[in-house]
Amino acid sequence: MTWVWENLDLIWDRTLDHLILSVPPIILSFVIALPLGWLANRYRLSRGVILTASGLLYAIPSFPMFIVLPALVGTTLRSPLNLVIALTIYGVALMVRVVADGLASVDADVQRSAVAVGFSAWTNFWQVELPLSGPVLLAGLRVVAVSTVSLATVGAVIGAQSLGSLFTDGFQRGIQAEIITGIVATVLLALLLDAALVAAGRLALPWTRARKAVKADARLRPPVEVTP
Amino acid sequence: MNIFGDALGWILDPANYAGPGAIPVRVLEHLGFTFLTLVVASAIAIPFGFAIGHTGRGRGLAVATSGGLRAIPTLGLLTLVALWIGIGLGAPYVALTVLAIPPILAGAYAGFEAIDRGAIDAARAVGMSEAQILTQVEIPLGLPLLIGGLRSAALQVVATATLAAYVADFGLGRYLFSGLKTRDYAEMLGGSILVILLALALEAVFATIQRVVVPRGVATTRLPVDRARSARPRPGMEPAITKGNP
Repeated sequence: MTWVWENLDLIWDRTLDHLILSVPPIILSFVIALPLGWLANRYRLSRGVILTASGLLYAIPSFPMFIVLPALVGTTLRSPLNLVIALTIYGVALMVRVVADGLASVDADVQRSAVAVGFSAWTNFWQVELPLSGPVLLAGLRVVAVSTVSLATVGAVIGAQSLGSLFTDGFQRGIQAEIITGIVATVLLALLLDAALVAAGRLALPWTRARKAVKADARLRPPVEVTP
Repeated sequence: MNIFGDALGWILDPANYAGPGAIPVRVLEHLGFTFLTLVVASAIAIPFGFAIGHTGRGRGLAVATSGGLRAIPTLGLLTLVALWIGIGLGAPYVALTVLAIPPILAGAYAGFEAIDRGAIDAARAVGMSEAQILTQVEIPLGLPLLIGGLRSAALQVVATATLAAYVADFGLGRYLFSGLKTRDYAEMLGGSILVILLALALEAVFATIQRVVVPRGVATTRLPVDRARSARPRPGMEPAITKGNP
């Protein structure tokens, strides 16, 4: 524990570095995955192409990805941008499938009703499909957040500063406490971002909370006999 | 594109096909390590997963531990174990086996849980013993999901084995680290391309196995999903069995 107290500044700096690396990919992957997921859900052909491509991208190990990307997009190896792009690719690869599944889970009757009362495809997406698939999207985004925070540490091996730097530095200098601190800090940061997403979900999807409350309420009351 | 030409030149350079650090040697090290880790992790995870799936007990504990393990950064675990037991192959084996267990465990019990309870009840009703139910009903039907778990474990192990070169002199990750150190971009990029090809090849192999192990009866009875059909039953559309069954 003494190592932690003596190095609070270092831990704080690396935590900020880590946030800068991991928050933009989480937001970007949601924004990019929305249209791609919609497209994957809409047409059979685009579904095959998009889901196969995202599956293959997700299979690429992170360390080689960090090295190949600069050659493809012209960023420098150690720049935060390089890591942000790589982490966004992983986030999108995970999220596209979630968006496609979420949109597919929307009740066909509800969609038909929306069309029947005159919703255009555009308003139908924003006001019916997107809100109704909200809980599925939120669950997917939480997985993306936890895996992004964990993956960002790998950037340390190419020299990009993050909480992962505590692993490489601790290993080279033989300080066990530094590595353990890094692991704990990474897990805590993941939990923090996860909690933030849950809170954002409560704000954005207030009806899911209400439905849970109704369910809990219903359990307390004796079941009502329904006469046909 | 010139950089990629250099990397390709590095991959094809005959000088990289001789000596202890030759490309084929590194590929075999990488593959052998991945294989052995998966075998050990499976030997631990599959019996537990089957027990959880068969009895339905201990599921909460398994979900909690595998979820918690997944949040742990691989590089952190790797360097920590390396400090404990020293530089060399021991640390990567321990760290990666620990990382490979959760997805295999989840695949094993999820495969059992996904089975239609009716199939298991029917097996019991025709007089199968618990052992027969396990080996002739649950394991064959749960196999595709178990292979799916092995597939994600394999991906994770191949990827992290690259990082393991940080604490041990082995595998394709060696090229990435030595290229980083000497600022030899062709070597780093060439090594990266080899790792990516290896990962994609493994992914393809597991995807094929996953398709092949689906029992024939399951594969043929699966109906094409009609997405346009309403999920809600309408009057007159209920399955016949509910009629006359108040």
